Amino acid sequence: MLSIHAISRSFNGQRALHDVSFEVHDGLMTGFVGANGAGKTTAMRIILGVLAADSGEVHVDGRPITADNRAQFGYMPEERGLYPKMKVHEQLVYLARLHGMTAAAAGRRADALLEQLGLGERRHDTLESLSLGNQQRAQIAAALVHEPTALVLDEPFSGLDPMAVETTLEVLRDVARSGAPVLFSSHQLDVVERLCDSLIILAHGEVRAAGTREQIRAAHTRPEWVLETDDAGFVRGIGGVEVIEFDGGHVRFTAASDDAADRVLREAIERGSVRSFAPSIRPLNEIFQEVVR
Amino acid sequence: MSATAPGRAAGLNPSAPNHRGRTGFWAATGIVAQREIMTRLRSKSFIISTAIMLVLIVGGIIFSAIGPALFDEDTTVATVAAIAPALQGLDGLDIDMLSTADAVRQAVQSGAADAGVVPGSGPSGLLVLADREAPSSLIQMLSVAPELELLDPNAPDPMLTYYIGIGFGIVFFMSAITFGQTIAQSVVEEKQSRIVEIMLAAVPARAILAGKVLGNSVLAFGQIVLIAAAVLVGGAITGSQLVLDGLGMPIVWFVVLFTVGFVMLAALYAAAAALVSRSEDLGTATSPLMMLIMIPYFAVIIFNNNPLALQIMSYVPFSAPVAVPMRVYLQSQAWWEPFLSLAILAAFTVLVIAFAAKVYERSLLKTGSMVKWKDALKG
Repeated sequence: MLSIHAISRSFNGQRALHDVSFEVHDGLMTGFVGANGAGKTTAMRIILGVLAADSGEVHVDGRPITADNRAQFGYMPEERGLYPKMKVHEQLVYLARLHGMTAAAAGRRADALLEQLGLGERRHDTLESLSLGNQQRAQIAAALVHEPTALVLDEPFSGLDPMAVETTLEVLRDVARSGAPVLFSSHQLDVVERLCDSLIILAHGEVRAAGTREQIRAAHTRPEWVLETDDAGFVRGIGGVEVIEFDGGHVRFTAASDDAADRVLREAIERGSVRSFAPSIRPLNEIFQEVVR
Repeated sequence: MSATAPGRAAGLNPSAPNHRGRTGFWAATGIVAQREIMTRLRSKSFIISTAIMLVLIVGGIIFSAIGPALFDEDTTVATVAAIAPALQGLDGLDIDMLSTADAVRQAVQSGAADAGVVPGSGPSGLLVLADREAPSSLIQMLSVAPELELLDPNAPDPMLTYYIGIGFGIVFFMSAITFGQTIAQSVVEEKQSRIVEIMLAAVPARAILAGKVLGNSVLAFGQIVLIAAAVLVGGAITGSQLVLDGLGMPIVWFVVLFTVGFVMLAALYAAAAALVSRSEDLGTATSPLMMLIMIPYFAVIIFNNNPLALQIMSYVPFSAPVAVPMRVYLQSQAWWEPFLSLAILAAFTVLVIAFAAKVYERSLLKTGSMVKWKDALKG
C-alpha cells in the first residue's frame, strides 16, 4: 500500500499542495481527479521522488519510501516522452535496464509487452514513425516494462481513442488484479468514475474527497427519493421527511431513515397508484462540482 | 480473460516481488553512456562526416608532400648557340636553341618561350628577355650568390607554425563544438520529451549527467585519436620529417589535454542545455560556451608566434589544449610545463563538473522559459 502523509509543497511562495494525505491500496485502481492546476502532477512527482516535498512523507507498506522502492515503480509523466528517433523495443530495453533489469530479461519482457499491446510488428520502428495512438501504447509499455510493483500514471487516457482506452485499461486492470497499487490521474471525471475502484478529488492543492464511489456519495449526499403518483401533497405531512421538490404528482424528498421513506411509500399505495418510487442517486459529477468549489 | 490467471499477461507476480533495488550509480552511468555512444555510432551522418574528415587529412598531407612536384613545370628558355652551354645543366630549364637573337626576341614576344637569354653588353655578358615580369628564378640561377651561413637552420618556419596553429585550433574547435552540441541536444531531447522524468524516478540525475559526459568524451577521444593517427600515418607514408619528428609529441599532448578539456566542456554543455526546455532555445543557452571555445581558436592563430601569450594561454584551462601543443612544438618551455598545464586543467575540470552537476540537477525539471544560471545554482 502506498500512503501519502500530510504533503505540502510550494513553488516560489505559491502553494501547490497543502497537507495532502491519501492512500492507494494494493490491487485497487485509484483515480486522482481534479481540474488542471489542482496539484495532481505535483503530487505524483513527489511520490516518484522526482520532486521533493516541503513537508510530509510518502510510505510504502507502512515504511518511509526508499529509492529502491521508487526504482520499482512504473511511471508515466503527464507530457509524454520517449526518444522520438529510437526504436521502440530498444528504448523499452534501455529503460528496463535503468530500472535494474538485465539486458536479456528486459528484451524478453519488452517482446511480450509489445505483443500484448498490439505493437509486436512495430517493435523495430522508431517511435516517431508510429501513429499517436501507438506512441501512447509504447508509453504504457515503458511504464510497465520493468515489472513494476506499483503504477503511477499521469493522465494515461488523455488523447486516446476509445480502442486504445480499452487496451490500456485492460493492461492496467491486469496490474491491479495482480495486487499492485495503481494510481492514475484524470481531469475527466466520467472516465475516472467508470474505471476506478477508489477516488481522490483534489482541488486547489487540497484533498476534498476520498474513498470509493459509494463512500463519496454517502459522505456528500443526504439520501433522497423520488415518488411519482397522482397527488403527492400528503408527503409534507409525514414525519422525518423533508420535501425538496414538489410538482403535483412528482415529489423529491429526503428522509432521516429508510423507515421514514418506507412510510411514504406505504401511504402512497393506500392513496392511489404509484407510478414510480426510487432512491434518487446524485451524479458524482454534481458532487465533484460542489467539493472542488 | 480468464479469472484464473489475472495479471499473467502483464507479467506481474506479487507473490514473488522483485527485489532488484535501485541501479547503482556507475551501472546507471554505464547504461546511459552506452546509449549515447551507440546512438552516435549508428548515425550515418556521424560516420560519413568522420570518414570524410579523415580522408581529407590524409589526402592533404600526401598532397602537400607530392603536390608541388606535380605542378612544377620547366621554364622554356630560348637562346642562341653561343650561350646554350652556360644554360645547360641548370635545373628546371627547357632550352630552345634558336639561330639569332632576333628569333629569340620573337619567341619570347609570341609566348613560345617563357624567357630568352642573348649576349648582352653588361658585366655578365648576358641579356635576359621576358614579357612583363622579371623571371626571378632564372636570374637567380644566372647570378653570382654571396656566401651564406644559417645560424639557426632548425628554427621553426613562421608560416609552418602558423598553419600548425590553425591545424590544432580547427581540430579543437570542430570536435569541441560538434560533440558539445551533441551532448546539449541529447540533454534537451530528454528534457523536452520528459523521458527524463521516467529516468529520474529510477536513477540519480548525476548518473545521467556522468553517462552523457562519459559517452560523448569517449566518442570525442576516439575521433581525436583517429585524426592524430591519420596525421601520423600520412606523415609516415610521405616520409615527412615535419610530421614524424616535429609533430609527434605535440600531437600526443594535444590528445591528452583535449580529452580532459572536453570532459570539462561536455559537462558545461550538458548544464547549459538543462537550462532550456526546447531545442530552439539551445543556441541562446550554449552561445557563452561557443565563445569560450572560439577565443582559444582565434588566439592561437593570432599569437602563434608570441611566446608570452602562448605561455599564458597554456595555463588557462580553456586554451591549454591548443596552446600547450604549440609550445611543445616550438620547444619554448621547460619539460615540466605541460604537466603543470595538465594539472591545472584537470583540477579546474573537477570544479567545473561539480558546478555543472549542480546546475544540471536543479534545472532538469524546470520547464518553460530558460532558467538563469544563478537561479539554477540557488536551486
